[in-house]
Amino acid sequence: MRYAFWPGCVSRGGCPELYPAALAVAEKVGLDLVELDQATCTGAGVIGERSEELVDALNARTFAMAEQLGLDTIMTICSTCQGVMSSVNYRLRENPAYREKINGHLRDEGLSYKGTVRVTHMMWALVEELGLEKLANLVTHPLRGVKVAPFYGCYILRPRYVLGFDEHPHRREYLERIIEVLGAEAVDYSGKWRCCGFPIMTINESNGLRMVANHTLEAKQKGAHVLVTPCPLCHLNLDEFQPRAAGQAGRPINLPVLHLPQLIGAAIGFNAKVLGLRRHIVSTEPFIQMTGIPRG
Amino acid sequence: MRATLRVRRYDPETQPTPTYKEYPVDLPQYGTVLDGLLDVRDRQDGTLSLRCSCRSAICGSCSMRINGEARLACKTLVNKIASPGETITVEPMGNMPVIKDLVADMTLFWDKVRAVEPYLQPVGPAPEREYLVSNEAMERLTVAMNCIMCGACVSDCTVLEVDKTFLGPAALAKAYRFVDDPRDGRKMERLEKYTQTSGIWDCTRCNMCVQVCPKGVAPMERIMQVRSMAMEAGFNKTRGARHASAFAEIVKESGRLDEMGLALKTYGFFKAGFTLTGIGLRAFFRNKLPPLFHRPIATAENVRRLFRRLGV
Repeated sequence: MRYAFWPGCVSRGGCPELYPAALAVAEKVGLDLVELDQATCTGAGVIGERSEELVDALNARTFAMAEQLGLDTIMTICSTCQGVMSSVNYRLRENPAYREKINGHLRDEGLSYKGTVRVTHMMWALVEELGLEKLANLVTHPLRGVKVAPFYGCYILRPRYVLGFDEHPHRREYLERIIEVLGAEAVDYSGKWRCCGFPIMTINESNGLRMVANHTLEAKQKGAHVLVTPCPLCHLNLDEFQPRAAGQAGRPINLPVLHLPQLIGAAIGFNAKVLGLRRHIVSTEPFIQMTGIPRG
Repeated sequence: MRATLRVRRYDPETQPTPTYKEYPVDLPQYGTVLDGLLDVRDRQDGTLSLRCSCRSAICGSCSMRINGEARLACKTLVNKIASPGETITVEPMGNMPVIKDLVADMTLFWDKVRAVEPYLQPVGPAPEREYLVSNEAMERLTVAMNCIMCGACVSDCTVLEVDKTFLGPAALAKAYRFVDDPRDGRKMERLEKYTQTSGIWDCTRCNMCVQVCPKGVAPMERIMQVRSMAMEAGFNKTRGARHASAFAEIVKESGRLDEMGLALKTYGFFKAGFTLTGIGLRAFFRNKLPPLFHRPIATAENVRRLFRRLGV
């Protein structure tokens, strides 16, 4: 399985532990990734506040680069990149006249998007293309006894019409399926499909922190030992801002937050160092001890 | 088709806490959740309270949470959301107090809609005959005008869950409908008002309202349009506007996001130091501080040209 790979800015910026963990897991499970090194930020929903047409042009440029490499699928490791790229792709594929208009902006660079690219997230690719059975066969360190709270991130859930939910209606249950294949137990709680609050952190921090505290405290109350997310922006908020959210809430939280590739990596034999488990704000030590994975 | 409706029952005047009661229903192939509820009320339990009227997704009365998501009960086919024999959970809308069972108190909803002044305010003398506007100008507004005030977006808004002062998706989509109407004369005053705290910049862009709106209004996208209009009109001092501008500037320069630069530009140097030092220090000690020196991609000049071409 060969993919054009867009890691997103945050997996090498604010969450530098994600990129190597994702690459390690991808290699081991057999996802062949060709990184798009000249692709740009997707706009993350923010550039669209200035100009939607610009966002469409930026992402069409990335899609055209994948087409030039002869690849029909772009894989992301970020719910936010996933959502923005899927929305843009929906607009460009639905409306060939508009696509041609956008292609007009790319002509100077010798690029043109034909509309043949499909966007997927590593989480989707693992379930739909690799298959959970194959993933199960790779598990060498089952995460027995670990209770994991799934946290999806908005842009990999909504709006469903741009995210292929008609074809794959169970995409909002994949985290739970993966958690269980790894030998861990999925914790059900109401926060799993809600917002982490990251987009308003610079605007209304106390609201964003309240979201962090609500979701992490609810997950803990339902018995979670760790929380797992396929979105590095959610990770930034739920992990990096968790101490501040705890301060605002007036009670300790201390819920380790893992990236999805870290959770998978722990079960398929990678050590804590390769997975960057010590590069977290909330200590992942309880997880390392519970699972007994090598420290490296 | 047979199904079970698991309905949240609650009468705040007589019950300390809500309970859930299950009712079996047998509906024709195209039966809706509302058909099921009316069947329950007529044949099984006359004490069940709910709001409904038109049964055709026009009046906006029967919004409720169905399997955890706000929907119009009359527009929700049972066979689309459940397999035969399955249970469907029906609850009142969220973010509002419950009057009884499935009837929510929408006072807050209407207060917010009123707060955005949802009526045309032309200035200057009225024309002798009707106002003339272009088709194009009105076409833009039709999406927002489709709102039937059902409250679904407000029910599931993730910001209202933590902050009841937020104007919310329905009111702000209505705000867009008037601020972009060529007949309205108070565009600047409106934009100034909507950019204040609890307004457009407090939306967390979670797409929940886009997902649950039964009429395709996509309130969040309307809020983004008002943000755009506000920035274009020069309301650039809010943190939200500074964040959006800084973000675009950084990607324009290098093709990628530079989180350090974004923080400095959004907050300003001193404020960033004050606000983010704790976070930054913790990140530093965990070896995860974003790179101090941000490198542009090799084709950054092409990206800059693209930004300039599109006027950003």
